Amino acid sequence: MRRPPRALVLLAALAASFFAVPLAALAWRAPWASLPEVLTTEVVGSALRISLVSSLAASALSAFLGLPLAWVLARVPFPGRSVLRALVTLPLVLPPVVGGVALLLALGRLGLVGRALESFFGVTLFGTLPGVIVAETFVAMPFLVLTVEGALKGLDPRYEDAAATLGASRGLVFWKITLPLAAPSVAAGAVLAWARALGEFGATITFAGNLPGETQTMPIAVYTALLRDVDAAIVLSLVLVAVSLLVLVTLRERWTPQA
Amino acid sequence: MSLEARVRARAGSLALDADVRAAAGETVVLVGPNGAGKTTLLRVLAGLLPLSEGRVTLDGEVLEDPAARRRLPPERRSIGFVFQDYVLFPHLSVLDNVAFGLRARGCSKDQARAEAQEWLERMGIASYASERPRVLSGGQAQKVALARALATRPRLLFLDEPLAALDAGARAEVRRELKASLGRFDGVRLVVTHDPVEAMALADRVLVLEDGKVAQEGTPSELSAHPRSSYIAEFVGLNLWRGRGLGDRVRLDSGGEMLVSHAPMGEVYAALHPRAVSLYRRPAEGSPRNVWSGRIAGLEGEGGRVRVRVEGSIPVVAEVTPAAVAELSLIEGEEIWVSIKATEVSVYPA
Repeated sequence: MRRPPRALVLLAALAASFFAVPLAALAWRAPWASLPEVLTTEVVGSALRISLVSSLAASALSAFLGLPLAWVLARVPFPGRSVLRALVTLPLVLPPVVGGVALLLALGRLGLVGRALESFFGVTLFGTLPGVIVAETFVAMPFLVLTVEGALKGLDPRYEDAAATLGASRGLVFWKITLPLAAPSVAAGAVLAWARALGEFGATITFAGNLPGETQTMPIAVYTALLRDVDAAIVLSLVLVAVSLLVLVTLRERWTPQA
Repeated sequence: MSLEARVRARAGSLALDADVRAAAGETVVLVGPNGAGKTTLLRVLAGLLPLSEGRVTLDGEVLEDPAARRRLPPERRSIGFVFQDYVLFPHLSVLDNVAFGLRARGCSKDQARAEAQEWLERMGIASYASERPRVLSGGQAQKVALARALATRPRLLFLDEPLAALDAGARAEVRRELKASLGRFDGVRLVVTHDPVEAMALADRVLVLEDGKVAQEGTPSELSAHPRSSYIAEFVGLNLWRGRGLGDRVRLDSGGEMLVSHAPMGEVYAALHPRAVSLYRRPAEGSPRNVWSGRIAGLEGEGGRVRVRVEGSIPVVAEVTPAAVAELSLIEGEEIWVSIKATEVSVYPA
């Protein structure tokens, strides 16, 4: 190959360092000596626990509700399908804070649905772990829906036809053929949704609040800590970086074909 | 046991309008150009596409009748369907592919697997039972697909281009085995193909679909003797013209006249085997009958013979030996003289 143009190489190097330098700075400024101490403090421990529980729950909820939605979008022709798809895609581009405000108006104590939830079922979402899960699911589910819908569309419909001619009911076809064939993308979509939920900040703090031990997730804890204890913020950030790297590696090696 | 179907259905721009009858133990082969609706017809009969009008009955049982709002879904039609490219489930082992239909019909796992194992042994592919379909060769995949379709003991067996996915070397042997397997199946057999050899080898009866309609129906020998469309004439390798019979000659619709030994009065077809067409470099001396000139439009080698397409006042395909090609130095684009014997032309009413 010919030598690449110098200007391009320089700009590419600049872009690469743009990603590398902040990570290096994080590692450089990290209070490595006091790391175990900070990690075991009450605030960090509970933030880590809330984040893991809520993000896993949001990922599971995304799969549980998003899979049927993806199936409908991929397989059932109906008027307004493209409108529905746009609606599902919206949280991807919507500023999460706006999503949080919208959720508040719908499911908050005085919201459209929230008022009924509270008076009939006594369910309050603001300031609770379920509220965190709802906010995270709102921003995370689109990743799963779009991933799975794409996979279902790419699936040869004759697999389902073949199963039907062999005597399988539509339900059986879904469980034994469609779902297993789409499983890799369901898993990939769930991991993407989980990563998105883990990093969620705007919608969560708006909709569920910032209560340590209740709704304070890792990203919210990082932001809060930054205001008074930089070392704690750095340690929390490092944990999130480690988790993200883990997701990236897992996704590459398990669920996407190697290029 | 018999299948009777009057099919009116739409799929994209295709309007299917075909009547199909097939008896148990009979192999009906559907042929036709691409897009004629062969696969669509199978899918409609299998219940994978809806009828817009008509009726499908099997042994007197109505499978579908839109007028009576009756429609059995595919899973309740007792059809073994071998799809083009076989469509084996990639996430199941070969054994579980074959056992799938039995499981879907409520067999226990052990019983379904035991029966599937028997089918694989019958087909001579039992050693692949625990493999995934992707390791199979085309011929093996075809046998698995056939075993999968037959394992549920269907009343109808549909095969869509069963040999198209195979390379030419494997085709002859798989075709022979397929014919034997078809012979052991005592239900109704429908096969779609675009390959003349396959059609003639497998068919008890051939149904020619063109543009969604049945253009001709008959035994392979009837079709080869008296083709009724240019597609089927080419399919069986004959020249075919349409025209008016005038006793001792045929006035061709495409222009020109052809002398024949006997032509009934009225609309007729005139068919001629390409081997009965002679080619000359200059006008033939002696017999002046049925001689014309044209331009060589194409040369195609096929099994030790060369088919020469001649365009002219009467377009015709001649079949000659490679030696004759060399001797006459036939080259595309050059002028050539054509002669045919009146007694070789077969004329029959249209």
